Amino acid sequence: MLTISHALRAQIVAHARRDHPDEACGVIAGPAGTDRPERFIPMLNAERSPTFYRFDSMEQFRVWREMDERDEEPVVIYHSHTSTEAFPSRTDVSYASEPGAHYVLVSTRDESDPEFRSFRIVAGSVTEEEVTMGGPAVPADASESAASAADAVLAEPE
Amino acid sequence: MAIEVRIPTILRSYTGGAKSVEGAGDTLAGLFGDLDSRHGGLRDRLVDEAGLRRFINVYLNDEDVRFLGGLDAPVKDGDTVTVLPAVAGGMR
Repeated sequence: MLTISHALRAQIVAHARRDHPDEACGVIAGPAGTDRPERFIPMLNAERSPTFYRFDSMEQFRVWREMDERDEEPVVIYHSHTSTEAFPSRTDVSYASEPGAHYVLVSTRDESDPEFRSFRIVAGSVTEEEVTMGGPAVPADASESAASAADAVLAEPE
Repeated sequence: MAIEVRIPTILRSYTGGAKSVEGAGDTLAGLFGDLDSRHGGLRDRLVDEAGLRRFINVYLNDEDVRFLGGLDAPVKDGDTVTVLPAVAGGMR
């Protein structure tokens, strides 16, 4: 099951619509071991293609190193399909290399329905999972201190 | 001193779960051969008949080795090599 805030879901959909007709792609990082998507990281599609996406090699290097330094993991890896359904294709499955991530797909084939869906892809096997809206809505550019301040507010008994 | 090689999650089955291993060599090709002698099968995930596998990114310190000569890139003690499978996919 993927638990994700309304705000993050909206950011994914907005990114997909902005990049249409090219496929959009990105990551949502979260604290390692928590399975909580928190930090929205839209990525460049180095292929700039309506049918294929690939993270730019150096951008991926910087983002992965930054996550490592912040003790984060890629909790969500998302991309969009621009004329087909939001379901992992054969290439999506063959390149899936983060077994712990939730692979989120949206489709921009229909302006009114993003078809937001989430999947686990492990060792070539695809399993769709439920998406639950919820969790703290931390803004995309939250700094470390803002994120922990938000957590403190949520944890405080009133 | 040796060369540190950072291993991505999906390749850690070759290193007994280790996220970082050490190796030696004068070139990336030599280094991968050295790693393969202790972690059998690892090189095949990184290299094919044509050279470095297309959807595996390898970085020497802070640069993509594609711009440093690929498998011929010179490496030395104290270098850090990072392996990251490309994140990619598409419609079909």
